[in-house]
Amino acid sequence: MAGRLSPIKIRALLIGPAAAVIGIFVVIPLLLMAWISIQGRDYSGGVIWGELSGEAYLRMIFERELDDSLSVNLNYIMIVLRSVWLSLLTTVISLLVGFPTALFMATRTPKWKAILVFMVTLPFWTNLLVRNYAWILLLRDHGAINGTLSWLGIISEPLPLLHTQLAVAIGLTYSFLPFMVLPIYASLEKMDLRLVESAFDLYATRFMTLRRIIIPLAIPGIVAGCILVFVPSLGAYVTPELLGGGKTLMIGNLIGLQFGAARNWPFGAALGILLLALVMISLTFYALKLKKTGGDTK
Amino acid sequence: MSNKIKHVGNARHWPGLLLATVFFFAYVYLPIVILIALSFNENRTVTVWTSFSFDWYKMAFQNRDIINAAGNSLLIATVASTTATVIATLAAVRMSVDNFKGKTIFSGLVALPITVPEIVPAVATLMFFASLGITLGLGTVIIAHIAFCIPFAYLPIRARLEGMDPRLVEAATDLYASPVKAFFKVTLPLLLPGILSGMVLAFIISLDDFVTTFFLGGAGSTTLPIYIFSLVKTGVTPEVNAISSLMLLLSISLVSLSLFLGRDQSRK
Repeated sequence: MAGRLSPIKIRALLIGPAAAVIGIFVVIPLLLMAWISIQGRDYSGGVIWGELSGEAYLRMIFERELDDSLSVNLNYIMIVLRSVWLSLLTTVISLLVGFPTALFMATRTPKWKAILVFMVTLPFWTNLLVRNYAWILLLRDHGAINGTLSWLGIISEPLPLLHTQLAVAIGLTYSFLPFMVLPIYASLEKMDLRLVESAFDLYATRFMTLRRIIIPLAIPGIVAGCILVFVPSLGAYVTPELLGGGKTLMIGNLIGLQFGAARNWPFGAALGILLLALVMISLTFYALKLKKTGGDTK
Repeated sequence: MSNKIKHVGNARHWPGLLLATVFFFAYVYLPIVILIALSFNENRTVTVWTSFSFDWYKMAFQNRDIINAAGNSLLIATVASTTATVIATLAAVRMSVDNFKGKTIFSGLVALPITVPEIVPAVATLMFFASLGITLGLGTVIIAHIAFCIPFAYLPIRARLEGMDPRLVEAATDLYASPVKAFFKVTLPLLLPGILSGMVLAFIISLDDFVTTFFLGGAGSTTLPIYIFSLVKTGVTPEVNAISSLMLLLSISLVSLSLFLGRDQSRK
């Protein structure tokens, strides 16, 4: 009747624009990045097209000496390992801080649940840069924390807090905490409280109930939360840039440097591929874990 | 009662949980509160409180660079969020009724910009534009923002379509409405709160973006986050507290609006 256009044409008209924008401005650039990572480096910034080279990947572990021999240089690997370590630390802190809150939220009345979910979600939608900047005001030598501690007479010299790994971990946790709380809350919210009550009726202690009833029910949420905190932490740029220093550089910053002062596109591209690979490994791990626990993906 | 193991009772009440939650919210909100408080501090040293003043706000509003940056931020966010929302709405509406081979691939494609860490597509797109000889500036920033705004608009619209009764559209077509007419008379009005909610979220995401704008921007595309970053990097002036506080308040009001719009829809 009214269908003068074939389904394929309608599809092309309606779904086409979205596919085209993301295809041209995200997918093609990512493929180009993979290609650039195996190209020769142009020292004036850019690449020598067509000159295949594995130099960018070699550079992650080796350094080329003046006489063209290779010597081991672990500096870059240390940055990668530090990124993984800081992201794991962030995930563990987020879990420890987020789980009790999620459990508290899940055991409230519907009205309170709505208010608490709103309060947890709200900071996520505020400016990440500004939220990290706020921590500078707290952590610096004459900032709120050192000020309070010295006013209380606990310290006489300011503690070096800013530009440390601790500062970066605090900032990353602060940035991604809602991603931990919300999935755990979502899996606990569906929990039938009568399960907990019957455990109590059978004389289970609170600890036993937590370990045998509540945590197993929360596992899908915990796994999802961990991955949702770990992945963005691994690729963080803003937090280590503001709260870290030269000794707390993460992969994201190292990538950024290759397009600024260092002018090494192939190396930057290769590091980008490495970061993508690490993200893929984490997501695959998540998919496998999800299958094992039998959690539903919805 | 000589029972050694005591029945612990109420499943809703856990000792220490309230305290942990209070600590959690203090951790989340205290830095924001301190930032806003210091923006009203008369003192120049930024972190020591002396007395209340609006001076930093006055200074911020008189700073031409800040006004220009705010203009750029609003321009980019408006163009990117509306374009992305139109594109996302078209795709979401078709995806909810269409069944084709590449459907899962498309779903993955749409989610791609929010799956990978932002720094990766940012530098990849930088190399893409530079290889094509395109000068970085407002145009390149807007294009990149459209790409990452699409998933933020698409996902809520798609979720709302899932919850919509397909019989409504069927009823309209039974009454001889053309598919186009059925869309504009039935689907769109029902979907509108969801679309607006998605658009506001995309707007906030674009307004707050730093990484993509930092790598894809050039002369004349300085946005507020970029300006704040450069001030923070070169030495903090209390003006930063004032503009930062304003940005926080703007995001908070917009997200409240978006959630309000979204809530209205889900109640139907």
